[in-house]
Amino acid sequence: MKTENPRAWLLVLPVILLVAFNALIPLMTVVNYSVQETFGNNVFFWQGVDWFEQVLHSERFHDALGRQFLFTGIILAVEIPLGVAIALAMPRKGIWVPVCLILMSLPLLIPWNVVGAMWNIFTLPDIGLMGYGLNWLGIDYNMTQSPLAAWVTLIIMDVWHWTSLVVLLSYAGLVSIPDAYYQAAEIDGASKWSVFRYIQLPKMKQVLMIAILLRFMDSFMIYTEPFVLTGGGPGNSTTLLSIDLVKVALGQFDLGPAAAMSLIYFAITLLVSWVFYTIMNKDVKE
Amino acid sequence: MKLKSLAPILYIIFLMLPIYWLLSMSFKTTNEILSGFSFFPQEWTLENYAVIFNDPTWYWGYINSTTYVLINTVISLCVALPAAYAFSRYRFMGDKHLFFWLLTNRMAPPAVFALPFFQLYSAVGLFDTHIAVALAHCLFNIPLAVWILEGFMKSIPKELDETAYVDGYSFPRFFVTIFMPNIKAGIGVAAFFCFMFSWVELLLAKTLTSIDAKPIAATMTKTASSAGYELGLLAAAGCLTIIPGAIVVYFVRNHIAKGFAMGRV
Repeated sequence: MKTENPRAWLLVLPVILLVAFNALIPLMTVVNYSVQETFGNNVFFWQGVDWFEQVLHSERFHDALGRQFLFTGIILAVEIPLGVAIALAMPRKGIWVPVCLILMSLPLLIPWNVVGAMWNIFTLPDIGLMGYGLNWLGIDYNMTQSPLAAWVTLIIMDVWHWTSLVVLLSYAGLVSIPDAYYQAAEIDGASKWSVFRYIQLPKMKQVLMIAILLRFMDSFMIYTEPFVLTGGGPGNSTTLLSIDLVKVALGQFDLGPAAAMSLIYFAITLLVSWVFYTIMNKDVKE
Repeated sequence: MKLKSLAPILYIIFLMLPIYWLLSMSFKTTNEILSGFSFFPQEWTLENYAVIFNDPTWYWGYINSTTYVLINTVISLCVALPAAYAFSRYRFMGDKHLFFWLLTNRMAPPAVFALPFFQLYSAVGLFDTHIAVALAHCLFNIPLAVWILEGFMKSIPKELDETAYVDGYSFPRFFVTIFMPNIKAGIGVAAFFCFMFSWVELLLAKTLTSIDAKPIAATMTKTASSAGYELGLLAAAGCLTIIPGAIVVYFVRNHIAKGFAMGRV
């Protein structure tokens, strides 16, 4: 049991100060911009909630948000089952375990723009392995012209980049199951499915929640990889929320709308993550 | 060999293909790249790597990146260790809310903070320094480090602390000489994660730097856009960015699975 200790605040204080410096000041700046209009020269006028209304009613924002949810939905639907399946098939003991783990972690350790550049080179229709290969097979593939090809590439790239995270998390849950559980299941003559359903899945539940939470947060915030890979194109077909936001904020320098959009964006991320986090902690207590 | 092991093998092959392609590109001459498709480099060349190691704008990119990543890892660990201890051992006013608030910062899209960060760090005169990027990356690395360390610390029985206090250890002495060796693995894993997320992040690092502290990733984007896509050079630079990650992952290989589960298995 934890003991009550108000002085524990002192131990947490440095973290609070440092994170607050990084989080609260910029957040207040964004809030400031979101309710004001400026014509440059640091002259600001009170604008109220106009920007929020404008953003919430703009078709451009709806489109970007729709694409973002579609992208995140597909990512979760592909990566979570695939990751669990691979973790189940991995060896539990022996010299191959560290080899597997190291090789599988590699994509996670590559700078995000290098991931984008790598896939750009990989998918070039004339000299990229995947682009050339697909065209050789007779599939007309060119990411810069077909929105569908761009989406498929973006999703394969993200699966390549992040499925390992799900694999590693699930695997960590699996190896924590004592051998005795499996022996008991064998004596009872349990089928493979019931071993999965009643032994492995409950053990993986908590780590899977972390996996879903992390994958949701990161795929919802994704910026660098699609920016390098497709630049949001062709047209606007792969312009996800972050890309759109940076276009508005740094490209057009519309600070007000950009700030309002940032806050709405952050609020959605927080809300969904909070739901996941609450479910996660509820399960732990049970 | 069992059929079951086919899945991980196929998966690893899928993971390795783009990396192989990058590697093979980096050993090709520009002529060969432009002349068409070839699975293996026809004439091996180290020219692309030679360019990088002889041009200060290139190799300083690596030095800059490594510098701010290391500073960030040290800062994150130093402040996260006591905080994680407090969260794992004590109840205090607002502890649960505080923990979630810390996590919310892991959820903040960097795109939201890019511009305000630029203004903040310009205002305090830290723009284009390593320390600025290191501090900015604390935004998401400290919450993560606290989360991981707290998970590892929870598994250490409280009796350890109590015995040490009875034996007359002061808190700092107990923490450094007894507690920290007990959670070595956790510290290693937390350091690994701080390193990794600081190393792979680009948006903030690029926003907060211009010349003196420019990260390698930003140097690469500039080359890609300005020099009409020198693919071989870009590939070589990309390959070099994989090496530090591969080195650090080797050191934590036995704890990596538990680390990814945030010490919660």
